[in-house]
Amino acid sequence: MRLRTVIPLFAFMLLAVLLAVGLRLNPREVPSPLIDKLAPGFILPTLYKQSANISPADMKGKVWLLNVWASWCGACRAEHSVLNRFVKDHQVEVVGLNYKDGSREAKQWLKKLGNPYAKVAVDREGLVGIDWGVYGVPETFVIDQQGVIRYKNIGPVKQQDIDETIMPLIVQLQQGNVS
Amino acid sequence: MTPRRKKRLLLVLLMIFGVSSATALALKAFDQNMMFFYSPTEINAGKAPENRDFRIGGLVVQGSVVRSEKSLMVKFDLTDTKEVITVQYAGILPDLFREGQGIIARGQLNDGVINAVEVLAKHDENYMPPEIADAVATAKEAN
Amino acid sequence: MIPEIGHIALIIALVMAVVQASLPMIGAQQRKLEWINLASPLARGQFLFVAVAYGCLTYSFIVNDFSVRYVASTSNTALPLLYKVSGVWGAHEGSLLLWALLLSAWTVVVSLFSRGIPLLILARVLSVMGMISIGFISFMLFTSNPFVRLFPAPMDGRSLNPLLQDFGLAIHPPMLYMGYVGFSVAFAFSIAAMIDGKLDAAWARWVRPWTNIAWVFMTLGIALGSWWAYYELGWGGWWFWDPVENASLMPWLVGTALIHSLAVTEKRAAFKSWTVLLAIFSFSLSLLGTFLVRSGVLTSVHAFTTDPARGLYILVFLVLVIGGSLALYAWRAPSLRSIGQFSAISRETGLLLNNVVLVAMAGSVLLGTIYPLALDALGVGKISVGPPYFNQIMVPLGVPLFLAMGLGLTLRWKKDSTSRLSKKAIIPMGLALLIAILLPLLFAPEQHGLTFIGLILASWVALAAMIWLLNQGRSPFKLPASTWGAVIAHIGMAVTVTGITLTSIYSLEKDVRLAPNEQYSLGDYQFKLIGVQKVQRDNYVAYQGTVEASERGEQAMLMHPEKRTYLSQSRPMTEAAIDPGLFRDLFVALGEPLGKGAWSLRIYHKPFVRWIWLGALFMALGGLMAALDKRYRRLSSRVEVTV
Repeated sequence: MRLRTVIPLFAFMLLAVLLAVGLRLNPREVPSPLIDKLAPGFILPTLYKQSANISPADMKGKVWLLNVWASWCGACRAEHSVLNRFVKDHQVEVVGLNYKDGSREAKQWLKKLGNPYAKVAVDREGLVGIDWGVYGVPETFVIDQQGVIRYKNIGPVKQQDIDETIMPLIVQLQQGNVS
Repeated sequence: MTPRRKKRLLLVLLMIFGVSSATALALKAFDQNMMFFYSPTEINAGKAPENRDFRIGGLVVQGSVVRSEKSLMVKFDLTDTKEVITVQYAGILPDLFREGQGIIARGQLNDGVINAVEVLAKHDENYMPPEIADAVATAKEAN
Repeated sequence: MIPEIGHIALIIALVMAVVQASLPMIGAQQRKLEWINLASPLARGQFLFVAVAYGCLTYSFIVNDFSVRYVASTSNTALPLLYKVSGVWGAHEGSLLLWALLLSAWTVVVSLFSRGIPLLILARVLSVMGMISIGFISFMLFTSNPFVRLFPAPMDGRSLNPLLQDFGLAIHPPMLYMGYVGFSVAFAFSIAAMIDGKLDAAWARWVRPWTNIAWVFMTLGIALGSWWAYYELGWGGWWFWDPVENASLMPWLVGTALIHSLAVTEKRAAFKSWTVLLAIFSFSLSLLGTFLVRSGVLTSVHAFTTDPARGLYILVFLVLVIGGSLALYAWRAPSLRSIGQFSAISRETGLLLNNVVLVAMAGSVLLGTIYPLALDALGVGKISVGPPYFNQIMVPLGVPLFLAMGLGLTLRWKKDSTSRLSKKAIIPMGLALLIAILLPLLFAPEQHGLTFIGLILASWVALAAMIWLLNQGRSPFKLPASTWGAVIAHIGMAVTVTGITLTSIYSLEKDVRLAPNEQYSLGDYQFKLIGVQKVQRDNYVAYQGTVEASERGEQAMLMHPEKRTYLSQSRPMTEAAIDPGLFRDLFVALGEPLGKGAWSLRIYHKPFVRWIWLGALFMALGGLMAALDKRYRRLSSRVEVTV
């Protein structure tokens, strides 16, 4: 083995380390600065009743989920069956935030795939999305009894996420074990 | 010197020449063409350079797009949800340019307004360019 | 049922790949003939099962089986059949399957054309290709299985991105993949040679045609991609220095160096360890290209998918393949002795210069692509490196490359004299000088130093190649195909450079605002907007503009740029109207409505832009001819199959 022939190997190792670090910087893993902060407030019309309003304040005292979705979003479709099962198995309310979507399409979608949401807030312009730091659909937030965001799931929620992260957190929150 | 040595030397010299001139070129080109990315907050804090192109990203503020009647000049506001900065651009906006969407502009800062030479919109409906996501997230953090 | 068959076929293929990767390699070490002999049948079996899996997925696309998640997320009932078939590789999972299919097909073809290759080497080559296959098939099965079912099945799938509903784009990835995957042959041969410790002229003769063929596909793939970007993205540019484009350019540059260095290894038994290193690099860069594109480490307009888990898998795979082969290189390369000696003025030196410049170019592109990532990783800041960076590097590096390219064919092996060379060079150089001075004076609207440089280099390369061909002392038609191939490829490069130079310097581009019946003149051309109307088509609605374009005094013609909105998609698409020509393209694209019937329009006049792709066709033809030269066929044909 001579020094000359080892150089390419070293150069590549450097590059590999760089790529590994770069990989960690994936946009999906940008931590939400909203975690452990009070959830931004909003007052939005609901999907099925234009006149009725919904606001995070209504949910005070419960642990709940906010799920950002849209009928134009392919990944939401994959997520939907997981959410349906989730609300069947657990006594947790999920509020949908219908993001930049048409009401007709959204209703059709829910009719076809089932409606896991306790309520659906309509954010046609995506303004609430900006407040909540939503930078992709779908995203899911866990909010505790005091209205503090405890967890944010970026991308579709998988059954594994529910079993390993979301449900244990909710149980803990419900027992008041998290400071 | 033996012919073998001579050849070696030649090879080595050629290599060194090639590598060093390429490196010199690369460094020079880098120095001139590196473009930094700033968010509206950073620009309003005076961090952006003068007389030099840079990139800015943010969400187009609803209702802020104003077009000229006569020319292709268009003006709009960009925000990272905290601060707002106005962008001017003479040209055709990309297909995916919409109010409320994330975009990236390239240009220079003059009197508090960005004169853009290029405007890019995000390509995917579902995701923001990471720079914008980052800028928005950082602006939130500061709140 | 069909998707499950595909899934199982893929699992069987993986098992066969594992056996193909291990037994022949061990057999070759321990001289067990029965294990060595397993290599070819296993390669064929693996290909069969990957093909079955691929067929199953294609079937699911054709019958609109939306219970398969991949089909549901990339296809739609309204899609024409052609785009259903090409939709198979329209996204991440399917393109991996295509990659695996092409890899196993290349492996089978190598095993078919293996006469004359010692069994030991063949066993090792097929084994290495099996290892790569393991990487790709397991990547699919563990992180991106295309056969996963979706429940409940949607009634209607999701439409392909309309950008991707295009013939040019449909055949662009397979071409590029053929090139990427093809470099695995040279890679596998290099690994085998290092294990063997022997690398001779015969070895180089086995590797050369494979490398040429891979390079041909790569050339076509890159040209197609550039052409597609030009007419479909609606921006009128033909190269953006986008990370994805760079990812395909880097292996091409190194592959070009490899082709030339292989010539030295064959003819002069020199540059041996360098050739091996280039073979490793060109395949590594192909893999790196996949990594950069697929992992979303670099965001770009092309990125189909971003998923960190997949990225991590590819990274581990990269480290194993590239790190492993470079470690082997560090250990074994010193045993590959180069014996051929040469003097300072010789074809070897010329080819060395070619190699150094091409690798430097690839290195600069890599640097420009990776550097922003490095700064981001170090937390220094977010930067981007614009096209000027690449242009500023490519142009000065290109000058010595092209000067050497003109001399390259004329240069003699081992030792040549300056006086002979200058005698040979004087005619083509003189003619080139004449062309570079006269043509712009006669035809160009203005003079420009870079036009002179570009034209003189291009005509120098083309003329030197042609004059050399005529001076061979034989009728040119009796010369071997590889000689013709080299000449044609060199001329192709000259044509491409001419196109790049002239279109970069003399293009006229303007964004304008036009009301109906208003006109605008650009150079010698007048453009008049007649009007814009709404039209309804099968799967989209569009604003269709009618623009009258006329050259001074000539008959006017109508151009119809469109702004389309595809059903099931909300975003509009710009469909430019292009009037193509050998010497100039006219390009009109609709911008946005500006009220009162007025629209913003993008109008380009692009001289010689077609030459860029025309030259690439010449290069591909040259590469193909060189690969089909008789002297390779004598050595390696058993079955007459054309590749």
